[in-house]
Amino acid sequence: MNTEAEPAIRARGLTRRFGELVAVDHVDLSVPRQRVYGFLGPNGSGKSTTIRMLCGLLTPSEGEIEVLGLKVPAQAEELRRHIGYMTQKFSLFEDLTVRENLEFMAAVQGVPRAQTGQRIDTLIEQYHFEDRQKQLAGTLSGGQKQRLALAAAVIHEPQLLFLDEPTSAVDPESRRDFWEKLFELADAGTTLLVSTHYMDEAERCHRLAILDRGRLVGDGTPAQMTAALKGRSFIVVSTRPRRVQHALASLPGVLSAAQIGASLRVLTEALDAVDAASMDALRERIQATVHEVDPDASCTPSDPNLEDVFVAATHDGRAREAA
Amino acid sequence: MNARRLWAIVLKELRQMRRDRITLAMILGIPVFQLILFGYAINLNLRGLPAGIVDQAHTSASRALVMDMLATGVVEPSERADTPEQLMTLLRKGRISVGIVIPRDYERRRAEGRAVAQILVDGSDTAVQSAARQLAQVPITDDTLPDLRAPPTSTPPEGHIRVVAFYNPERRSAVNIVPGLIGVILTMTMVLFTAIAIVRERERGNMELLIATPLTRSELMVGKVLPYVIIGLVQTCLILALGVWLFAVPVRGWLVDVFVAAILLIVANLALGLLISTKAKSQFQATQMMIFVFLPSILLSGFMFPFAGMPKVAQWIAEVLPLTHFLRLIRGVMLRGAGLWELWPDVLALVGFTAVMMTVAIAQFRKRLD
Repeated sequence: MNTEAEPAIRARGLTRRFGELVAVDHVDLSVPRQRVYGFLGPNGSGKSTTIRMLCGLLTPSEGEIEVLGLKVPAQAEELRRHIGYMTQKFSLFEDLTVRENLEFMAAVQGVPRAQTGQRIDTLIEQYHFEDRQKQLAGTLSGGQKQRLALAAAVIHEPQLLFLDEPTSAVDPESRRDFWEKLFELADAGTTLLVSTHYMDEAERCHRLAILDRGRLVGDGTPAQMTAALKGRSFIVVSTRPRRVQHALASLPGVLSAAQIGASLRVLTEALDAVDAASMDALRERIQATVHEVDPDASCTPSDPNLEDVFVAATHDGRAREAA
Repeated sequence: MNARRLWAIVLKELRQMRRDRITLAMILGIPVFQLILFGYAINLNLRGLPAGIVDQAHTSASRALVMDMLATGVVEPSERADTPEQLMTLLRKGRISVGIVIPRDYERRRAEGRAVAQILVDGSDTAVQSAARQLAQVPITDDTLPDLRAPPTSTPPEGHIRVVAFYNPERRSAVNIVPGLIGVILTMTMVLFTAIAIVRERERGNMELLIATPLTRSELMVGKVLPYVIIGLVQTCLILALGVWLFAVPVRGWLVDVFVAAILLIVANLALGLLISTKAKSQFQATQMMIFVFLPSILLSGFMFPFAGMPKVAQWIAEVLPLTHFLRLIRGVMLRGAGLWELWPDVLALVGFTAVMMTVAIAQFRKRLD
């Protein structure tokens, strides 16, 4: 059953309601094994709720979940032996030392007693805690806390690791180190599901699901998803970017015009046909609007990035909802 | 239940406790503090109680008796009164704590060996009541006997001076309070510690991590409770030692029985604390709920007021409280020298209470966030 081809996580029609609020709305997921799978979405989009349902901490209002071949929540207890879960908020014990925290997690996760010492030593070395074994976890920096939380989450070498916004309180360099660790784990055969609201992190994932207000609005590899937006992205350079932005915002067909320094990143609605003629026509229209405000402004097509994917996906999702 | 996981929880709790100075201070501070405070309240050597004296006999002998009473230093005349009725009024108003009445026929009563004087006591304060009883021990000097330093043949048999206690006819002494205090302190600290220990983990987010692991509900609950059993026993030792040392409280029964009774109360309170923890959303709420249990425990269990004097409804409520049963056990063992087996109904009540609370608490605790 646990064959390579079988996805690590499969969910169908996953829904969770909190009273009137629909936090997760009929989400279908298929997460392949041994990959880093990303959940991208703004705060309140249902990322945490979905992750909690997948590891059996929340009961779905509707829908079916199968994780590592086990039905959730029915077989959640069995599943817990095979998964690691890193919560959004640091949830190890701040009044225990680094080593005590790891000892606790090893015992609780059932790491064989004979191997515990060895395993902890390895983790301490891998995660660079050699000098801090006796430091209280509460006194660690944000980045160190995340590293410790990750070390604790993988202490029993789980097949599947859930990470809920693991880097939201971490500086850029720590984030880069952290992601190195995630890829090492994926290489070693672990499946990782990571939620984030950082585009650069989403870009690193093998595969990505975009969530917006509880709905799955996009799904695929980052490359596939950006490729699908070909022709919809432009860069406008102007000396009066804010006025140009204002003019573009009211132009039909423009989804967003985001200022980046002196330039604007413009994303348009889906084209009827992706060919040279229609792309040129679109560019003409934008150019005309821009020139009314700033005759010296330039408008050039640009390669779509994940930010565009995100904006397009959430917009398209909402448009579908409205229809 | 997996022993290793259980021990992991126990060890974690102990390590956290060691680093938590406020909890540590509470563990040792509350018993010492309360015992000292109650120690003053139950101090029998009161001096200078405001008194009113009505000497209706006006003889040299009656005056001598009054002087002897004043010489003890227990009372100090503070109000003037001419009739026992006036004394009663002063007593009711709280102007005096003790009233001394020497009747007109003092001499004859003394000759006939009847009660020669009456001491009216404000019994609402048990310490005052006890102190006033000392007055009754004052020997009635017989001025026909020339040598006052003669061997105490002059001490009259008890009953010659009659003490009438108002408002609280039941006399309770220091020894009665210390055993009860063990129960009160254990009720206060044990319920609070466990309730807070779990709610705190929920507040800090530790719980989300714990429930995502293979830890079972029973391991988590029992592991949380066990360290506090040790703490409770430490507190029991402390109160006992101080009680014996400072207030000469007797332990007439077996010491083992005292500790078994203490363990019974400890686990009952811990189970109750666990139940509270499954319901409370914050440490503040847990503290509030604990007060709901603590107040009736103190008021209805028989610690402060005699159980027999309470209305039926209050007695029913009291029967549900662990402290009520513990008080019966501990007073039986420590003061009357009874064996626990002789007090089996209360042992059974505590065991039953624990079993029910623990079961409900574990059933209420969900390894879920919803």
